[in-house]
Amino acid sequence: MKTNAVNLIEQEWILPGNRTCPGCALSLAYRHTLKALEGQCIVTVPASCATVLHGMYPITAVNVPCVNTPFASTGASATGLVAGLKALGRKGITVLAFAGDGGTHDIGIQSLSGAAERQYDFIYMCYDNEGYMNTGNQRSGSTPLGAVSGTTPVLGKQQYQKDMTAIMEAHGLPYVATCSASYPLDLYEKVKKARTIEGTRFIHVHTPCPPGWLFPFSDTIRMGEMAVETGLVVLYEIEDDIFRLTSASESLARKGGTLQPVREYFISQGRFKTITEEQIDELQNWVNTRWKHCLHRATNL
Amino acid sequence: MATQKKSNIHILDGNQAAAIAAKLSRVQVIAAYPITPQTPLTEQLSQYVEAGELQAEYVAVESEHSAMAVCTSASLVGARAFTATSSHGLAYMHEMLHWAAGARLPIVLACVNRAIGAPWNVLNDQQDSIAQRDTGWIQIYCRNNQEIMDSVIQAFRIAEIVHVPVMVCYDGYILSHTEMPVDIPDQAAVDRYLPAYQPHTVLDPSNPKNYNLVTLANPRVGVDGKLCHGYMELRYLLQEALQNSRETILQAGREFNEVFGRDYSDMFWEDREDAEITIVAMGSLAMEAIVAADMLREEGIRVGVLGLRVFRPFPKSDVVRALRKSKLIVVFDKNISYGSEGATCSEIKSALYGTYINASIRNFIVGLGGRDIKARELVDATKKAIASLKETVINPDYPEWICQI
Repeated sequence: MKTNAVNLIEQEWILPGNRTCPGCALSLAYRHTLKALEGQCIVTVPASCATVLHGMYPITAVNVPCVNTPFASTGASATGLVAGLKALGRKGITVLAFAGDGGTHDIGIQSLSGAAERQYDFIYMCYDNEGYMNTGNQRSGSTPLGAVSGTTPVLGKQQYQKDMTAIMEAHGLPYVATCSASYPLDLYEKVKKARTIEGTRFIHVHTPCPPGWLFPFSDTIRMGEMAVETGLVVLYEIEDDIFRLTSASESLARKGGTLQPVREYFISQGRFKTITEEQIDELQNWVNTRWKHCLHRATNL
Repeated sequence: MATQKKSNIHILDGNQAAAIAAKLSRVQVIAAYPITPQTPLTEQLSQYVEAGELQAEYVAVESEHSAMAVCTSASLVGARAFTATSSHGLAYMHEMLHWAAGARLPIVLACVNRAIGAPWNVLNDQQDSIAQRDTGWIQIYCRNNQEIMDSVIQAFRIAEIVHVPVMVCYDGYILSHTEMPVDIPDQAAVDRYLPAYQPHTVLDPSNPKNYNLVTLANPRVGVDGKLCHGYMELRYLLQEALQNSRETILQAGREFNEVFGRDYSDMFWEDREDAEITIVAMGSLAMEAIVAADMLREEGIRVGVLGLRVFRPFPKSDVVRALRKSKLIVVFDKNISYGSEGATCSEIKSALYGTYINASIRNFIVGLGGRDIKARELVDATKKAIASLKETVINPDYPEWICQI
């Protein structure tokens, strides 16, 4: 039976009252991740907004065991947790690495790639708010073309986002998936599935960030939906090389595959205030090409 | 404790001694990245694991930073963790060294001492481990391969009692690649000496705890109304643990002697009656210094030798006791704190300040990047130091270098 809002597990592992900003998509994604794991996990978290969510000693908002680890070390920390549990014969615990895009695409890519190549048995979830939001919004490898940030203050970013999910797919992982915090049940199903698979599993979650992207706190879900409806974010999973579109992306494809124009998404966020018409056209072409590729690749349409 | 009577002497190089010691210590997780001259040690450990001679997880990590991250996390779920590195590898690990000590995890690291670039150099000096002096690790230096074997085993025992990681340092090539007789301890005796690791905190979903949270400067009240430490209190506790570890280190050495018949302290003191001159050195150089002292004695010059074994915590009171009769202290350093002097010289000066000992101190920087240093050169330097007393007893601002400039 598919999970819905009615039969979703009621127990919470993120306690009420945490330090994330209003409208934070990361806390929504994390909440459903921990539900899918039923709390039977050990989490490793690098320096990130998730560190802030976890709280300040001696009080934590999270009811699962967790180790906070230095920025570059998430993949290695997950490896160490897995190796230690294995050495001690402790079974039935999922190791979850939960890192932001800076900690994944940039400073953490080495330790993640090393761990994935070694096929260590853990779930790596990258929550992507497209910048160094914990330090006040600086450009990361995942900041989109045209976005203004603390370190692209005048011109906006001049490069495309790094496609981290494709990089992780190239590691030959047993399970790779993309999610959006705006589609928490899709995320829940994917984490639940990932939990049953052995090896390194990579899940990318799009997490809109009101203060960093400059949109109203009340619009987080809408921003995530728009990203999917415009095709800027495509929801899919790749299990043993079989590519499937899921959730809203699957529905879009089934309804003829017509995407909303990307323009609407860009004009709703203050970070794109300097984006040029040429850049919007460039991005529209990029989205169209990728969407065509996804439709072609999907095995479930 | 029951004594191991029978000796079991093999001809081993330093890396082999360290590998066997890690195996005898029943390490459960090993994470290492190859770097010269540590490589044979990590190869040997992977051999043990793949051949099934050691029940452990061997993680062939992609960097030293990751090696220590694997060790810290493995330690947090309750595994005994070991790694080894040298030089740039240790430098690359720097952030994680702080993390391991800050998190109070009893990891043991074998540091095969090697020079640091630029320029490239794979040979021995002690700049690498000295540069990690302030990371909160206990540092033990070995004079020979037997001491490597014995110190690795003792290191786990010390680390797991005081909850501070221990770095066992030994000179690259001079020890790591040089064979000498080593008595291999008996596994059953090691098991008695080093019981299974009992972690103070284990990450477990049935009792969720959050490790290394953001910690404010000031103490903060928990949900139960209890006042908990601030960052500064946690730092104090690490300092206190290192201060108090002296007794544990000495006890680990005494009990090692009871079981294995080899005595260890925090330093090696080659006492020479009425010697008013003392040579100080650390690592294999301390053995060379004994040879130099014998040569000087033949010339009628009486010198004692102080071999530093534990550099952190620095054994101030024991050093002062050893140097109590000294009028001249000649300190040889295989490291340099640029703009100042050798690190062990600074420690000696600091230890002597405020005591009744008012000795002249001469510091020589030697053996950097594998520059050969012979007993004869230590003899000449000591004589030069003696001669310099005729000019002044005041300590010079900077050390003298034994090199060709």
